[in-house]
Amino acid sequence: MTDTPTKVIVDCSTGEQTVVPLTAEEIADLQAAAAQAEQDRLAAEAEAAAKAAAKQAAQDKLKALGLSDLEVAALVGA
Amino acid sequence: MPSSRTLIASNTLGSNASSVTFSSIPSTYKDLVLRLSARTTASSTINLVVITPNGTPSASFIRLRGSGSSASSSSSTGESTWYTGLVSGNTATANTFGSIEVYIPNYASVANRVYSTFAVQENNNAVAYIDNYAGLDSQTAALSSFTIYDGTFSTNFVAGSSFFLYGLKNS
Repeated sequence: MTDTPTKVIVDCSTGEQTVVPLTAEEIADLQAAAAQAEQDRLAAEAEAAAKAAAKQAAQDKLKALGLSDLEVAALVGA
Repeated sequence: MPSSRTLIASNTLGSNASSVTFSSIPSTYKDLVLRLSARTTASSTINLVVITPNGTPSASFIRLRGSGSSASSSSSTGESTWYTGLVSGNTATANTFGSIEVYIPNYASVANRVYSTFAVQENNNAVAYIDNYAGLDSQTAALSSFTIYDGTFSTNFVAGSSFFLYGLKNS
């Protein structure tokens, strides 16, 4: 975000709606949350890749034992 | 199941904004329903929308996702936000918005809180997504406010995105 980000606050008790520029502290908090979200995303991707690699390795080992593709798929999914 | 629904408050963004907060939510309803139509400035076709309720949640959820050609499921624990689903990012088909409904039963209770969502991301292309989340938040404060963010915390909801909060009652 190049411009100063804003937040919208809707007060449910009064119906008042305000658009407020974020303070430096709020921007810092948002940046920290963004960094954490990116870190979480990368961790989730790494975990998914590790699971996929483990599944492929298991499929390869089953094939090496003589199972057909259909039989492997029946055991561990396509 | 509550039998009447009242619009508590709503907002349609006149300009881009990083978040939308509903504050001072009255405790006089039984359940809450949040409905939103949103698009973000993220450089992607999809963007997760999350909610930060008052206090610091420790939330867990399960997710079911369909993409039109495949389906998947996943789960997570120890989250600091409520995951609600995907809306359209800035590279999705122009002028398309994603839609999300979040149902929060017994929001004024101080016991563990549950929520469920149904989200549809719109994109006139090969892939678009449907998300369902069912979550549990172990914080024990009555829900009196919450803030809606894009899940990356680094982009804006675009102008025209709209947010509606309803209260449901038994009578």
